[in-house]
Amino acid sequence: MSVLVDERTRLCVAGMTGKEGSFHTLNNRRYGTNVVGGVTPGKGGQDVEGIPVFDSWEQAASEAQPNTAMIFVPPRFAADSILEAAAAGVDLVIAITEGIPAHDELRVYNTLKRDHPNTRLVGPNCPGILSPGKANVGIIPASFFEEGNVGVVSRSGTLTYQIGNEIAQAGFGCSTIVGIGGDPVPGSSFVDIIELFEADEQTELIVLSGEIGGSAEEEAAEYIAEQVSKPVVAYIAGFTAPAGKQMGHAGAIVSGSAGTAAAKAQALEEKGVRVGRTPTEVAQIAVEILGGVAAER
Amino acid sequence: MDLLEHQGKQLFGRHGLKVSDGKAVTTVEEAVAAANEVGYPVVVKAQVLIGGRGKAGGVKLAANEGEAREHASNILGMDIRGHTVRTLWIEHASDIATEYYASVLLDRQAKQPMVMFSVEGGVEIEQVAQDSPEKLIRHHVDALNGLSREEAVQIATDGGADADVIEGVADALLALYEVWLSEDATLAEINPLIVTPDRDVKALDAKVSLDNNALYRHPENQGLSDSENEDPIERRAKEQGVQYVALDGDVGILGNGAGLVMSTLDVVAQAGGSPANFLDAGGGSDAAKIKQAVELILANDKVKAVLFNIFGGITRCDEVAKGLIAAFEEIKPSVPFVVRLDGTNDVEGRRLLEQAALPNVHPAKTMNEAAEKVVALAAGAQASAGAAA
Repeated sequence: MSVLVDERTRLCVAGMTGKEGSFHTLNNRRYGTNVVGGVTPGKGGQDVEGIPVFDSWEQAASEAQPNTAMIFVPPRFAADSILEAAAAGVDLVIAITEGIPAHDELRVYNTLKRDHPNTRLVGPNCPGILSPGKANVGIIPASFFEEGNVGVVSRSGTLTYQIGNEIAQAGFGCSTIVGIGGDPVPGSSFVDIIELFEADEQTELIVLSGEIGGSAEEEAAEYIAEQVSKPVVAYIAGFTAPAGKQMGHAGAIVSGSAGTAAAKAQALEEKGVRVGRTPTEVAQIAVEILGGVAAER
Repeated sequence: MDLLEHQGKQLFGRHGLKVSDGKAVTTVEEAVAAANEVGYPVVVKAQVLIGGRGKAGGVKLAANEGEAREHASNILGMDIRGHTVRTLWIEHASDIATEYYASVLLDRQAKQPMVMFSVEGGVEIEQVAQDSPEKLIRHHVDALNGLSREEAVQIATDGGADADVIEGVADALLALYEVWLSEDATLAEINPLIVTPDRDVKALDAKVSLDNNALYRHPENQGLSDSENEDPIERRAKEQGVQYVALDGDVGILGNGAGLVMSTLDVVAQAGGSPANFLDAGGGSDAAKIKQAVELILANDKVKAVLFNIFGGITRCDEVAKGLIAAFEEIKPSVPFVVRLDGTNDVEGRRLLEQAALPNVHPAKTMNEAAEKVVALAAGAQASAGAAA
């Protein structure tokens, strides 16, 4: 097993006809992901290397029955595209787009909650989701990951590749890698994804990669202490980030004394979660625990 | 993007929040003319993006032209915790009966807007939240329905606003919510929100942060912010669309992906170094972008050594190597570089660098090794500079 994306994924991509959109969609298909269509208003009837393009999510839903949407459209169109995919009945929407206004994200989050409670949004401003050996939806370079028993959830893309690659080099693999994105109002939180990993048979260890800003890591710490039986290893980036400065990601900002890396690491450690001080140390701790898990078998 | 007080008040005015008449000025003569125009007594206020202006002597009352001139010449050019005062806001002094606090912000945890109100205004609100949390009302607003008049009245009432200004406070809260909503703000704060002796409710200060990602729909706000006090390299980076944050150390940093760059800063700090900047070259950087990034990093003359930490996903290591080689041809940097290339096309990238045999470029296999190397090189540069002196 794995979470969110696998052999049953039927992917439809908003913005597939764009340069980035087509490049990554075809990459995902090459990996084995079942890509059933794309949505670009005004380009219905065309195709991208055989993948049919539809004018609307409604049309795509009725003709290609996607169960997963990937959003690749520019920021100003992204919020409406997410909501249209949800309204068309797509259960999982993965938004790669970076730069969506925070107020739009707030509207999307609350509209989904009220009108489409069965649709799960992952992202925006995320690298997507990869279940090694099964399906890849997004821009995660799949070649760095092996199939295995580590579930990874992260606010950052490249940092995930760094940690995942070190775990792979030690001979272990991943069940699923979920990028939840670096924006202030993510559709899915650490808690949402950790809940899935806890229930997933294949996942035996969870890696959480957080960063400064907000309180998602602190909420995860509480949740892990109360609800999670599997071992969790965490990493927090941004110990040296000055207050009030946005560090690349829109959501990565220390506001006054809130959202610091030190506070997050402390919150996790107080709840018994081991926190690695470097990506390498995270991988080492993970490998150490996995070695123990393997020995027990 | 954080706004100066006078810029925030301009936005308040747009949405019907009451503010005093005033003028933003940059010279003593303009300040005196503005004071004469708005009428004495006036308040001369330093415009800087940092708290504690009053305590630092950056806010003064002037009863006449002589005092206005004196205060303006003292405050202009003053350094307030690292921020140079280049602009003054001159406004007609208000009579104050009571000071309240009001704000609207995006509550990331609740994923809803939150209105805060307290009758304990004019002091640090964090202090009020800590010492007497019952005096700070926190009210979540349904993001899809907005703030209703009934809710605003309830907040004012629950917060303990004087009975005769409940309606006035509710008006102010509604207007503040409108500022937050229609200007795409992440924070809109008034401290203090004053009640005058004739029971008018007015914003005496303004603290507004705007969402950079939404500026495209607010062309009128694009010229705001404290650009004069901005770090010149940060400003240049912004114009070039590069994510750069100036820090105060001597190790220049370039990486791809915000998380990896933050992590690189931490690892360099753990190795005993001090990062000079955050720079995210972004996904899919080509050679031209890398060259531009090197120029930005080296524009800071405190930089003693530079670390390239690349884990290529969309970014291709051979492109990064080509960019670095091109940058060296043109810029001929005098400081050492440590380069760690991993991920997509890393073998080709490393081969290109080896072939180019750039002077003073040191390869590293891992992120930790790269951090240790660059810290040692920066320290070495420091020591030899010291010896030369």
